[in-house]
Amino acid sequence: MSGQKMVNTYLYTRYERFWHWLQTVLILILLLTGFEVDGLYSLLGYKTASEVHNFVGLAWLIAFAFFVFWLLTTGEWKQYVPTTKKMFAVIHYYMLGIFRGDPHPVPKRKEAKHNPLQRIAYLSVAAFLLPIQMTSGFLYWSYNSWAAWGLDWLSLPVIAAIHILGAFGVLSFLIGHVYMTTTGHTIFAHIRAMITGWEEIQEGVELEDWEKRRRQGSPASACEPQSPLA
Amino acid sequence: MNAMAKIISGWLCTGLLMIGGIDVSAARSQTEVLDENQAPGRTMAQQATKERQIWITADHSRHEILQKEFTSGPEVTKACLSCHELAAGQFHKTIHWTWLDPNVPPGERIGKAGHSINNFCINLNSNEPRCTSCHAGYGWRDGSFNFKDEAAVDCLVCHEQTGTYKKFPTGAGHPVQEPTIFAENNQTYNPPDWNLVAQSVGRPTRANCGTCHFYGGGDDGVKHGDLDSSLAQPNKMLDVHMGLDGQDFDCVRCHTTTLHNIAGRTYATPAATHRKSLIEDDLAAKIMCESCHSSTPHKPGVKANDHTDKVACQSCHIPEFARVNATKMYWDWSTAGNKKDGKPYKEKGPHGKPTYDTKKGDFRWEKDVQPAYFWFNGSINAITARDPIDPSQPVDINWPVGSRSDQNARIFPFKVHEGRQPYDKINKTLLIPKLFGPKGSGAYWAEYDWKKALENGMQAAGLSFSGEYDFAETRYIFPITHMVAPKEKAVTCIECHSPNGRLAALTDFYMPGRDSFRAINIIGWVLVLGTLVGVTFHGLGRAIVRGRKED
Repeated sequence: MSGQKMVNTYLYTRYERFWHWLQTVLILILLLTGFEVDGLYSLLGYKTASEVHNFVGLAWLIAFAFFVFWLLTTGEWKQYVPTTKKMFAVIHYYMLGIFRGDPHPVPKRKEAKHNPLQRIAYLSVAAFLLPIQMTSGFLYWSYNSWAAWGLDWLSLPVIAAIHILGAFGVLSFLIGHVYMTTTGHTIFAHIRAMITGWEEIQEGVELEDWEKRRRQGSPASACEPQSPLA
Repeated sequence: MNAMAKIISGWLCTGLLMIGGIDVSAARSQTEVLDENQAPGRTMAQQATKERQIWITADHSRHEILQKEFTSGPEVTKACLSCHELAAGQFHKTIHWTWLDPNVPPGERIGKAGHSINNFCINLNSNEPRCTSCHAGYGWRDGSFNFKDEAAVDCLVCHEQTGTYKKFPTGAGHPVQEPTIFAENNQTYNPPDWNLVAQSVGRPTRANCGTCHFYGGGDDGVKHGDLDSSLAQPNKMLDVHMGLDGQDFDCVRCHTTTLHNIAGRTYATPAATHRKSLIEDDLAAKIMCESCHSSTPHKPGVKANDHTDKVACQSCHIPEFARVNATKMYWDWSTAGNKKDGKPYKEKGPHGKPTYDTKKGDFRWEKDVQPAYFWFNGSINAITARDPIDPSQPVDINWPVGSRSDQNARIFPFKVHEGRQPYDKINKTLLIPKLFGPKGSGAYWAEYDWKKALENGMQAAGLSFSGEYDFAETRYIFPITHMVAPKEKAVTCIECHSPNGRLAALTDFYMPGRDSFRAINIIGWVLVLGTLVGVTFHGLGRAIVRGRKED
């Protein structure tokens, strides 16, 4: 790493950072209150825990809708398109290269913030795990309306079981995710980037074709006028 | 949720006011009645009961016929009926008179006067003069009582307002003619001043109903647990509706009456078959909480509103019963008959209540009892002295009907009274003993001979007895619906939503906080701990490698 020149780059926009930390707070509150409602410990008291959980859950649902809107309108969704290209290189890097001090095979660029492993991980979380949590949570919350909505074939214990299993998934992701933030060129580099928006990334790394978030039929420069690499 | 709803509704209101130009003074006058911080169900109930002035158009003390000389109850009744011609005929049709379930054919003999059994004094047959001191009638001494006799109706016990009218405990419903001491409680019973009590009549009060219903089973608080003498002059802490420092409700405020037929459950017939508030049917009996409070009584957005489909109001709002006086929880007839120096005796225990009585056996009394909870659709089924039992395990004499899948069933609080009582070893039925009677009648309380007592009791009931008896464990349940505590004392969420909470025994449904999924928890923790261990080793590895490089 030391041989490469680092350039301070604005990676994460204000909304992205806001969303990231808002979601962090919401998820932490949901985990904390959710496991209390599940009877794991007593902290806020069952009543408060369940009321806070319901309120925060619904707030998350609404905020997530804005995130989806942002993804679609800015085209940022393309950052989540999964790929197998260099996937093994990235896996290899985290299993071995990182210990040897090798450079990251897919360093961050503004136009490609996620490496193939992140793409698949974040896509699984954002498109699969979180929607399952939100759907099962919403159904759980709306239990009393099931009959009116023609959903009385649903089973509360099944919904609850899915929701609890999902919560373990989210907690597990959280642990892995927080750890991965320490794997930058310094321990806090990634976290700093998610707070300030700026991260030092390697200079002169060319974006590869598959990483380019170019709209079909339109030149990349039209999308990203400030990118000299496009 | 709440705050959000308030903000939204606030904006909506402001918008409407601006757009529609609604008269602001009209809106203000409405807020005087409706306190917006109060639960709507409470406001509704207050409105339903705010007109408390009861008006009367007759003064019975000025009725000539009530000024003549009376020497007995039936004479007073005749005087009453001279104006209220239809009253006795109406009353004859009610359960208060027949002591039989009015909703099954009389031939089935369901009821106190039939073959129904409890685990207190077991059954009426052959014990009439003692039991019928709580019959609203005169002279039910034995099976030959004439149920068609209009003059035998006791108007006074329900309607007199002096508090001086007392039926003698063993007088078959009659008061005494001369001052008489009742040996059992050492109290003197005086003959009533007939004119005074007859001229005092009015609507039944707590004291009238309580004369019998507070003392069911022969003494204060024996039977129900949520009905005892503490409800005669309760405060709000004991009963939020009946409290003298609150609404001061009489029993008939909720037990509304049509043609002397008083609203309430009778055996398998629920107190109400439809859940209707006064908004839906303003002439409906006001017997249910929901009649006045509606089915969503709490503030909007409060989870308890979602619970009303499956949890009865009583389950949360009566946290304990017998909160002032103790109630009997256990009665073992099998130990009856022990004597000290050849004489029957009593032993007093906690709460100032007897723990042993030669006549009756061992008792256990409890105060501040947490109810048991069962699914209940308002119907209680029971066995009679004709039905076969399995004495090898506790016999449920009666049980609440309902289940999780029953649309009308809700989780409801109950007192469970346990006991041991005689059963027929050959016929496998519960037995009716003759308990009360003079020496020579075969009564247990006179001769302490179970076999004779059971022969006499079963014969009076018209049932067969093999001659061989033993004692079976039994359970008898009472729904708990009185002694509604102030809302601050309501059962809290965690008391049920926890592994060993109040609903630990109702295992036929999933409840968050109480139930967990073992397999899911194992998978979940393996996943979480696996991740934790993985990243820890990965991190350690990086630290070690970095340390070596720096060396």
